[in-house]
Amino acid sequence: MSVLTKEEIQELEKKALKVREHIIRMSANGGCFIGASLSCTDLIVYLYSKFLNISKENLNDPARDYLFLSKGHDVPALYGTLAEMGFIESQRLQNHLKTNDYIYWHPNKNIPGVEFHSGSLGHLFAVAIGVALDCRIKNQKNKIVVLVGDGELNEGSVWESCLVSSAYKLDNMVIIVDRNHFQANIETERLIPLEPLEDKFESFGLATGSINGHSFAEMDRMFSQIPFNAGKPSVIIANTLRGKGLPSIQSRADRWFCNFSESEVESLLNELHGNGITELTSETLTVR
Amino acid sequence: MNYEELLKELVLNDERIMVLTSENRAAIRNLPEQIGDRFIDVGISEQTMIGIAAGLALRGRIPVAHALATFLTMRAFEFIRTDVGIANLPVKLVGAVPGFLSEANGPTHQAIEDVSLMRGIPNVNVFCPADEEDMLIGLREVLLSGSPFYIRFNNLKSAVKHNLDFVIGKAEVISCGNDITILTFGMLLRQAYEAMIILESKGLSVRLINLRTLKPIDEEVIINAAEETSLIVTLEDHFITGGLYSILGEIFLKNNLTNNVLPIALDNKWFKPALLQDILNYEGFTGPQIAERIINHFQTKTDTIKIKSLI
Repeated sequence: MSVLTKEEIQELEKKALKVREHIIRMSANGGCFIGASLSCTDLIVYLYSKFLNISKENLNDPARDYLFLSKGHDVPALYGTLAEMGFIESQRLQNHLKTNDYIYWHPNKNIPGVEFHSGSLGHLFAVAIGVALDCRIKNQKNKIVVLVGDGELNEGSVWESCLVSSAYKLDNMVIIVDRNHFQANIETERLIPLEPLEDKFESFGLATGSINGHSFAEMDRMFSQIPFNAGKPSVIIANTLRGKGLPSIQSRADRWFCNFSESEVESLLNELHGNGITELTSETLTVR
Repeated sequence: MNYEELLKELVLNDERIMVLTSENRAAIRNLPEQIGDRFIDVGISEQTMIGIAAGLALRGRIPVAHALATFLTMRAFEFIRTDVGIANLPVKLVGAVPGFLSEANGPTHQAIEDVSLMRGIPNVNVFCPADEEDMLIGLREVLLSGSPFYIRFNNLKSAVKHNLDFVIGKAEVISCGNDITILTFGMLLRQAYEAMIILESKGLSVRLINLRTLKPIDEEVIINAAEETSLIVTLEDHFITGGLYSILGEIFLKNNLTNNVLPIALDNKWFKPALLQDILNYEGFTGPQIAERIINHFQTKTDTIKIKSLI
């Protein structure tokens, strides 16, 4: 049952809109992986606002919670959230891709709030198991959350980690799949089909649930039931849209990594707020 | 005391230390009941084991992760490089049956590029003990060093009486001759020692060095050998590329040195799978064969190598 009030939902939506503005601004002057950042924005905003016990003040507290960003290239969504939550100054995001800071296309631990670097897919589920095991040995009640991409599920190490986390009955772990249905430039189901995805996780011994990853009410309903099963890690398949919030790039295979012009950014910011559709002329990066 | 007993003692005296394995329990089979939940077996998942070790280290632990040397350093290479190396976490990687010790397993199990791979990762150090005694002498310091370390596991019986003083980056000088230097690491110290006895019986003065850690390397002992002896032999159960011979080349270039060098290593090939003694015979790594290779080398190079004892 969602316990969020209408006002709380509105507040979350407002915050997510702010984070998306940050992401759009980071998609110029070198660009970023904007599509994958916009798909998990609502999830990260929800986690930091309602689910995780992580704050600027308790980063050194061994009893706090953890969020591992395993897909990594969605880091603009995390940085935008960290700015809105007061972990870093919003102004600092202007250092994106500059040599005077550590803000680049993948996470760096020098930014307060980043647990671990990533970028190579299929790593942080395993790293999170190490943290979860230690918390359990110490009898601490921390929640350890890992955000993985659906394309990332191609990596065999993810499934190794499913086996091991299940064997060790790590019900203090939550694995969220940002199910935006895209690999880099092609739909997952056209390249390496993942469905039936919940069945796969269930058969590996994890407990699953699925939600609309852009609905705060659904998130709240689902996250309030964790762990789904005592003795099992929980998996949440969050169905999302790549590029969510910007109809001009939403669910477009070619809009994976984008480096927009300044004027496109201005137009996209208007588009985010419901004013018009941007005519994009800047080149896009494709890997196939 | 053996490896397992010392590791148990270290674990029980330091709550940070945890023991991990990817179902390779040969050297640690009694630990599960002795150290309880600080023993973690992840099954045959080397990559996941390294990720877990990094996560444990993030929480202040010192994970000691065990697997066969090939699968540890190669199957999980990118996890070591990315999760342990980049983050500079104090994860200790214990590679079983490295080099010739894989015996009859065949090339899939021959870790003879492991030193090359591990030393190439920034922050990751490399410890190659000559035998079990040598390994136990260095183990405490290596585990508590605060750095990632690759340990080329070796539990053979003592090849020589070892110096109990262990300092990371300091070699053990077994003998102080001044004609020929034999630089070696790991299990071949025994064969090197046998070769030394033969060479000395022929009137040659041999400097035998057990390097112990290949990274950091004892540059001083190598520079002195280059300046004070006429021939340096690098002896290793490793490919000729990337291991000791390469390390020597790097030190020579850096210090503007030159000398006569005879590499005894595996040259662009895997070795014949067999029992250890038969491998050594077949590949030319027994003590007498090593001595013969060294003598043949300087006899064919009398114009460039001036052996002091023979002048």
